[in-house]
Amino acid sequence: MTDSRIDFTAADHAAELARAGAHVTGWRGATLLLIRRYPLGAIGAVIFTLFVFAAVFADVVAPMDPLSTNSRASLAAPSATYLLGADFMGRDVFSRLVYGARISLAVGLGATALGCLFGILVGLLSGYLGGWIDLVVQRVIDIMQSLPLLVMALVMAASLGPSLRNTIIAIAIPLVPNVARVIRSNTLSLREMPFVEAARAVGMGELRIALRHVLPNTLAPIIVLATAQLGSTILTEASLSFLGLGVPEPHPSWGRMLSESAAEYVRTAPWLVIFPGVAISLIVFGTNLLGDAVRDILDPRQRS
Amino acid sequence: MGAYLVRRLALMVLTLFGMSVVIFVLLRIVPGNIADILFDSAGMVDPAEKARIVAELGLDQPIAAQYLKWIGGLFQGDLGYSYLSEKPTIEEIAPRIPITAKLALLALIFSTVIGVPLGVISAVRQNSGLDYVIRVLSLSGLSLPSFWLGLLILMAAVRYFGDIPIYTRTPASLWDELLLYSLPAAAVGFRSSALVMRLTRSSMLEVLRQDYIRTARSKGASAAAVNFNHGLRNAVLPVITIIGIEAAFLLGGLIVTETVFNIPGVARFLVEAIRWRDYPIVQNLVMFIALVVVVVNLIVDLLYSALDPRIRYAD
Repeated sequence: MTDSRIDFTAADHAAELARAGAHVTGWRGATLLLIRRYPLGAIGAVIFTLFVFAAVFADVVAPMDPLSTNSRASLAAPSATYLLGADFMGRDVFSRLVYGARISLAVGLGATALGCLFGILVGLLSGYLGGWIDLVVQRVIDIMQSLPLLVMALVMAASLGPSLRNTIIAIAIPLVPNVARVIRSNTLSLREMPFVEAARAVGMGELRIALRHVLPNTLAPIIVLATAQLGSTILTEASLSFLGLGVPEPHPSWGRMLSESAAEYVRTAPWLVIFPGVAISLIVFGTNLLGDAVRDILDPRQRS
Repeated sequence: MGAYLVRRLALMVLTLFGMSVVIFVLLRIVPGNIADILFDSAGMVDPAEKARIVAELGLDQPIAAQYLKWIGGLFQGDLGYSYLSEKPTIEEIAPRIPITAKLALLALIFSTVIGVPLGVISAVRQNSGLDYVIRVLSLSGLSLPSFWLGLLILMAAVRYFGDIPIYTRTPASLWDELLLYSLPAAAVGFRSSALVMRLTRSSMLEVLRQDYIRTARSKGASAAAVNFNHGLRNAVLPVITIIGIEAAFLLGGLIVTETVFNIPGVARFLVEAIRWRDYPIVQNLVMFIALVVVVVNLIVDLLYSALDPRIRYAD
C-alpha cells in the first residue's frame, strides 16, 4: 500500500523526464537519469553510502581496536601506522572515527525514525479527528516549540541521564512537534478529499480510513521531512556529546572526541581537532545534499 | 487587531505556563539532585548533613508544593537562590544576558548581511555556475557544526597571530568588545547565513515567476529595477520570518560557541547549571529563553502585517 505511492511518484517523475525527450529504459536507466538530473544529490548519496558502509563494516575497515590504549603512541602525529594520528591515550583516531560512524548513524537514524513515527501519529490524529484533541495537541506543540531544539534536547538529555538510548530519545522528542505540524496540515486538506468521502460511503471505519487512505498520501512529505531532519539530528548528537551530555564512554562519539581534544590540543595536536569535525561535516553535508534532491523529486512545487 | 492581540497574548501566557510545568517536572525526574552531586564529588558521607541540605533547599517537599513556591516567588520578583553560588538567581543571570544578546545581535547582522545578497544573486543567476557555487557553500554552512568552526577559527588564530582571542577579562572598550565578539559571532552566524540565503533564494525565485515581474520587464524596466524594486521588496517578507526564527535558533549555536570561546554568557551558563543540577538557575533560565522565543515570534508576526498591507489579522 505504502510502496505504491513511491512508485507512483517515481513513475510520474520518469514520465516527465520522458516527455522532456529522455529515453528511460528500466530501473537502471532511471537511476542514470536521476544522477544526471541531480548531480549534487548523487554526490550526497555516495557520501552517505560510504559512511553507512564504514559503520556496517567497521570491524573490517578500522585497522585497530578503537578502545585499546597505548601509552607510547600518546598524541602520535598522523603516520603510516596511525593514519590520522592518535589521541592522548594512544587510541587510533581513524579507527575511532570509523566506529564513531556507527554511533552517529545510530543516533541520527534512530532519533529521526522515532521522532517521525510519533510526529506522524500525533499529526494524523490531531488533523483527522480535529475537535478538542486537535486543540490540546496544538497547545502542546506550541509549548514544545517555545524552546530552541538544542536547548530542548539538552534538558531532555540531562533529565533522562547519559546513555545511547536516552540520547536518541532526547533528540527525537524535540522533532515530534515539527513533524506533527506538517502531517497535520496535510491531513487537514486530505480529509476533505472525495476519496475519503467515498471510503466513508462504502462503510469504512474512521481509523481504517485514516491509516489506509490518508496516511499513504502523506508519505511524500514524510520522506522529505525525514531526510531534511537527518542532518540536523546528527549535528544535535555531535553538539550534545561535545557538551558532555550525549553519548557516554566507551562509545567513540565524534562530538565527544572534539570536546576531549578541544582547547588543549588546538596548539599541540591539531589532528585531534580537525578530523572528527571533518567526519561530522562530511556526513551532514552528504545527508543535506541527498535531502535537497529528495525534496526536489518528491515535492513538485519546489522543483526549479 | 485588538482582539487578535488579546488572543495572542492569552496563548502566550498559556504556552509559558505549560513550559513552566514541563521544565519543572523534567528537572525533578532526574535521578540525583545537587546534594548527591556535592556529596559524590566532595566525598562527604554524613547522611544527617546531607538530609539537612536537602531539607534546607526544600527538595524533600512534594513536587506540587515546590512548584507553587517557585511560581509564587516569580510573581513577586523572587527567583530564588542558586544552589551552587548561593547568590540570588537574578544576580547570576542578569549580568550574563547582555553578553549573549550582543553576540546574538552581531551574529544576526552577520547572517543577514551575508545571506540576503547571496540569496538574491543565486536566484537572479539561477542554474548558473555562480548559483551552484553559492548553493554548495550554503549547504556546507548548514553542515559545519558551529563549535567545530569555532575551534578552527581558534586554531587559525593560534597559527597566524600566536594568540587565542578568547574571553579572559572583561572587555575595556567598545572596540575591544567588538574584537572579542566578532569571531564567535561569525562562527554562529555562518550557519544562520546559510539558512537566510536558502530562504531568500527560494522566496526570490517564487516572486520572479510572477506575472507582474514579466509586466515590469516588458514595460522596459532595467534588470536592476526589476530585481530590487519588484522582486526583492516582495521576496523579503518570508526572510523576515526566518530571521525572527533565527533569533531563537541562534541560542542553540551560542550554547556550544560560548563554550568554545569561553564567553561568560547565559547560553554556556545554562549548560553548567544543568550539569550541577542547579534547579533555580535552570528553570528560570529556560523560562527566560521561552519568553524571548515567544515574544520574538509575536514581534515577527506583527512586523509582517505592518510591512505587508495585504496581511491583516482580523477577529
